Amino acid sequence: MNIVGRRRRPAWYADPARLGLLALLISAALCFLVPLYVMGLTSLKSMDDIRQGALLSIPAHPTLAAWRAAWTSACTGVACEGVSAGFWNSVLIVVPSTVIAVALGALNGYVLACWRARGAQLLFALLMLGAFLPLQVMIYPLVRLLAPFHLVGSLPGIVLVHVIFSMPIMTLLFRNYYAALPRELFLAARLDGAGFARIFLQLMLPMSLPMLAVAAIMQATGVWNDYLLGLVFAGREHLPMTVQLNNLVNTTTGTRLYNIDMAATILTALVPLAIYVLCGRWFVRGIAAGALKG
Amino acid sequence: MTALRIENLCVRLGGRAVIEDLSLEVDTGEFLVLLGPSGCGKSTLLHTVAGLQESAAGRVLIDGVDRTWSDPAERNIGMVFQSYALYPTMTVEGNMSFGLRARGLAGAEVRARVQRVAELLQLGSLLGRRPAQLSGGQRQRVAIGRALVRDAGLFLLDEPLSNLDAGLRASLRRELKLLHQRIGATMIYVTHDQIEALTLATRLAVMQDGRIQQLGPPAEVYARPANRYVAGFIGSPGMNFLEGRFAQRGGALHFLASGLELDLSAHRLAGRPPAEGEAVVLGVRPEQLRLDGSPHARVQCEGRISLVEPLGGHEVVWFDCAGEMLAAVSHEARGFRVGDAVRFRIDAATVSLFSPGSGERR
Repeated sequence: MNIVGRRRRPAWYADPARLGLLALLISAALCFLVPLYVMGLTSLKSMDDIRQGALLSIPAHPTLAAWRAAWTSACTGVACEGVSAGFWNSVLIVVPSTVIAVALGALNGYVLACWRARGAQLLFALLMLGAFLPLQVMIYPLVRLLAPFHLVGSLPGIVLVHVIFSMPIMTLLFRNYYAALPRELFLAARLDGAGFARIFLQLMLPMSLPMLAVAAIMQATGVWNDYLLGLVFAGREHLPMTVQLNNLVNTTTGTRLYNIDMAATILTALVPLAIYVLCGRWFVRGIAAGALKG
Repeated sequence: MTALRIENLCVRLGGRAVIEDLSLEVDTGEFLVLLGPSGCGKSTLLHTVAGLQESAAGRVLIDGVDRTWSDPAERNIGMVFQSYALYPTMTVEGNMSFGLRARGLAGAEVRARVQRVAELLQLGSLLGRRPAQLSGGQRQRVAIGRALVRDAGLFLLDEPLSNLDAGLRASLRRELKLLHQRIGATMIYVTHDQIEALTLATRLAVMQDGRIQQLGPPAEVYARPANRYVAGFIGSPGMNFLEGRFAQRGGALHFLASGLELDLSAHRLAGRPPAEGEAVVLGVRPEQLRLDGSPHARVQCEGRISLVEPLGGHEVVWFDCAGEMLAAVSHEARGFRVGDAVRFRIDAATVSLFSPGSGERR
């Protein structure tokens, strides 16, 4: 009765197509993981070990000395306090930049999607135009604009700049999310007598938890990884971790301390990495949220 | 007393006139059903009354106050949406109390009102659940509860049963009618389902292309449709139409078609008196078409059965008469078979006559 030629599917190890796919995936993973592996190993080596020149070898005497130095005592320019100060600066920049940007983005999206004010379409189009203009062309005008208010080179200044540059994408995310919700929900709340703020705070915001998570992840990693804006707008007191890392790596007095460079780099990358590992689930859920009916 | 008064209302959507010069009055305690196919403007009319849709011209008066330009919240309206539009992040209790809290009612009063409506709709055990944890019928009841709890002067229901399966729809339809009998509130109900319309309405408005084609008690709309559109839209199977002409026979007005002659002296004609030979369309409901094999019957046409649809208690017999497919409902199981010859008679007092051009009732 084998009419349609029904055969048992071959085991994965006997299927050339699947083996090929597997090989591709493994080599792709290696491409990404080998540098991390080298960095991790090098950060655990002493300088004597490193001078042996075997890049992929296991450290003979693993030590955390480089990590300690990178965190507390490595020189980032004139100061020799490691990247810890930069870490706290970055935290001070990231937290308000994320909270304010996400809150404003949600509010913008709510207004554009639900209230449909006159000219909302044009406003949205202009905002989207902002998303496509390269950052660099706006830096100098922005410095001139903020200078009279003494906002260049201050913590509020850099937070403000981050919030401004995040507005197009944050607004887009929330506008599309709210536009995909059934409009009858909004109408029902209007009939129930709820006003602008009540509908936003009690109805729309609780419904947008997945999008809040996605937006916060995007904004937090984006701000953490920023170098240029931090360099220009943060000022000497609040240089973010990325700028300090650069200073550390480029400060050359005598031999280049590869182990400390590597440790400092991993330390800097740790926060976005942790965000992805801990919140990746939310990220995927938020992106797929529009595809499902609430 | 007039709960709602609509005067010369026009509504445009994207430049297209959806409702044109519509006037309507709804009395307190009435259950008005707006019936029509999708796109006829019935939902738009409801949204305009609720203030969710702007009108281009005309006035909307609720309880005697001009509300044409009022905010939806000021109109004291309870609305049930087709999708229910329950707030997904709130419990049943939260859904029902949302409007009360928005209006700044005290906590004790809010709880008392929610409790009262929950008892009325048997929602007491569900108050702590979220909409996602409810069945379709339960969601529908919560949506009604949310509208009721506000003690609104006017309730608008936009196809509230159309998302439910057939059995549930019938039982909730009865619940809704009982609810209306009990609380006596003014309700406007939009549907495209004629069974819902006929069973629920105290007054029925049949709509097409943004106009009310006929407005009246459901029995009258059914028995004396104002035009051919209304006649064809209501009733299942639909009304039979036969084209023919007027003729005087022995001093009495007759309807003549090939193979059919019907004495119309018992019929109340609307409009001007008919001219000899004037074309006319005869409309007969399938249950008014009596299949009769007895020799004493007034035989008017003979045809052959082409289809029998047994429906348990009765059957629908389709046969052809002078080239037209006609349907007749027979309540006795008489063993009709395809191919049999049948004869039928028509009670002239129950038929409808339409002018072929305008479709208006004659």
